[in-house]
Amino acid sequence: MKGLAIRNHRAFASGALFLAFAIFFFVTALQYPAGTAAKMGPGYFPRLLAIVLAAIGLVVMFGAMTPAAGRESLRKWDLKGLAWITGSVILFGALLFPLGLVGALFVLIMVSSRASPEFTWTGALANASVLIVLCLAVFVHGLGLPLPVWPSVLN
Amino acid sequence: MDLFHNLAIGFATAAQPANLLYAFLGCLLGTLIGVLPGLGPLATIAMLLPITYALQPDAALIMLAGIYYGAQYGGSTTAIVVNLPGESSSVVTTIDGYQMAKQGRAGVALATAAIGSFFAGCVATLALAALAGPLTATALLFGPKEFFALMILGLILASVLSSGPFIEGIGMVVLGMLLSLVGTDLNSGSQRFAFGIPQLFDGLDFVPLAMGIFGFAEIVKNLEQDDKLSLVTQKITNLFPTREDFRRMVPAMLRGTTLGTLLGVLPGGGAVLSSFASYTLEKKLSRHPEEFGKGAIEGVAGPESANNAGAQTSFIPLLTLGVPSNVVMALMVGAMNIHNIHPGPEVMTKNPTLFWGLIASMWVGNLMLLILNLPLVGLWVKLLTIPYRYLFPAIMVFCSIGVYSINSGTFEVYEAALFCVFGYVLIKLQLPAAPLLLGLVLGPAIEENFRRAMVLSRGDATVLLTSPLSASLLAAAVIAIILIMLPTIRARREEALQE
Repeated sequence: MKGLAIRNHRAFASGALFLAFAIFFFVTALQYPAGTAAKMGPGYFPRLLAIVLAAIGLVVMFGAMTPAAGRESLRKWDLKGLAWITGSVILFGALLFPLGLVGALFVLIMVSSRASPEFTWTGALANASVLIVLCLAVFVHGLGLPLPVWPSVLN
Repeated sequence: MDLFHNLAIGFATAAQPANLLYAFLGCLLGTLIGVLPGLGPLATIAMLLPITYALQPDAALIMLAGIYYGAQYGGSTTAIVVNLPGESSSVVTTIDGYQMAKQGRAGVALATAAIGSFFAGCVATLALAALAGPLTATALLFGPKEFFALMILGLILASVLSSGPFIEGIGMVVLGMLLSLVGTDLNSGSQRFAFGIPQLFDGLDFVPLAMGIFGFAEIVKNLEQDDKLSLVTQKITNLFPTREDFRRMVPAMLRGTTLGTLLGVLPGGGAVLSSFASYTLEKKLSRHPEEFGKGAIEGVAGPESANNAGAQTSFIPLLTLGVPSNVVMALMVGAMNIHNIHPGPEVMTKNPTLFWGLIASMWVGNLMLLILNLPLVGLWVKLLTIPYRYLFPAIMVFCSIGVYSINSGTFEVYEAALFCVFGYVLIKLQLPAAPLLLGLVLGPAIEENFRRAMVLSRGDATVLLTSPLSASLLAAAVIAIILIMLPTIRARREEALQE
């Protein structure tokens, strides 16, 4: 059938995302007892929701294939920016205990700054020193949050 | 009078020096962060949440409310001075506010926004105080099936009012509800979707999720766009509106306030809807519709009053029924839960000083904003000259420390990183994230009430339709869905919600 080509790629991908989540939750929920409507087990409501989400996903996917669907393509992905930002957050989490707040913040700021197209080493270094001093003043001294400040080896 | 008695309790709480200080700090910090482009109230509250952990519950809530109004007002400043809405409820302010700024009337536009917001805040505080009692009394009549129907209505209206196709909004709500089921099932005590990870036994925390999606992923998006800010003016002179300005803005303020107060109460309503509706109304009623888009003062006064009134009255369903009507309120639920307060009809009866103190502090907060912002406008404008490449690492730092301090653990940091990727996928697919967060916050209560209603009816689902109250709530939801499917309304909605 010629009418069933994917016209709206954005909507089709969205519907597929819904369907994928629905299948994941439904299959996982099969481990939990469903019970009956009058005495629901932990598996009843998740299955119900997963079925609703699957239905919505299918409707969205078919909607993207009808001749009436507007043509839309997927937007361009900038994986580099995403990687710098996400990576810097993961590094912050991983380094906070071995390196302490000062070291982890330094890495967070330097790595995330790379995501900007206008990155310069001097600018990022200056920014890092200002922000680290600010954080120590506000969060550690001002609010007294329990944060490890220096590397754990020194303690 | 009961109302005055209650307000007196409230003002006694709000006027304590410590609480005044927290309200002031909240407004100041909220404005400071809210002024920064691309940071709306949601991200601002999420970022500043850790600061309130150590406070007493009433001080914490007063400060959070201050942050909310501050962020809201900061967004308007950005909208007027650089034509960039700090948040979606000030989108319409950019239209005429920026034009006024270009004509050298930035000061007048900012003053109009501040005066309008203050006036609306006063009216909305009174409305909140007056409506709280009767609505709480109604809420006490609600059983599980009525609460279930009410929450379904709220979620449907929220998806109707979010941008993008309705069906995708509903999909996001359901996905959010599924995510909310992660963790311990309260009825059976068994773990669901936790995969043996102990940190997931208490459920997915909404703060890492909100920070990942609205903080980190938003930064990735902003870096891609890399548009330059165009500051119109460095110096703001002449704050005072002329007599003619006053004559034109007062009726717009009155109409905006009325509209905002009413629409804010609606589930799914709030600041965004109110400001759009007010702009449309002003344009329709004006004798000079051709001036709109070219710096009409009504186009600033109306929406700015409306969004502030709406922001404030959207606390009504939250505080009386326990149902957050928009994402910011959903975040407030999370903040309250941290302090062991569970929003709902019981808050007013069990904890009257907190309840009325919060309401009174809203008025105090509005007064502070008025006093704070007009003299400090120059400072806020200066903040906007900081290049984004220095700004976003600062946001990263505050969000990361904030996420870490929820439980003093790095698990939440990784969670936020994961949701950054997920948020980026949502941005690329143009799926709205707000309904997801609402579903996440309301999910457990919906399941709980659904299960209880089914136990009471011995598994008969038709009970939802035979009780008049729940039937009419569900009927309203169905009507909303039918209306949105109608082609003419669909077209107008797309027009109104597109940014």
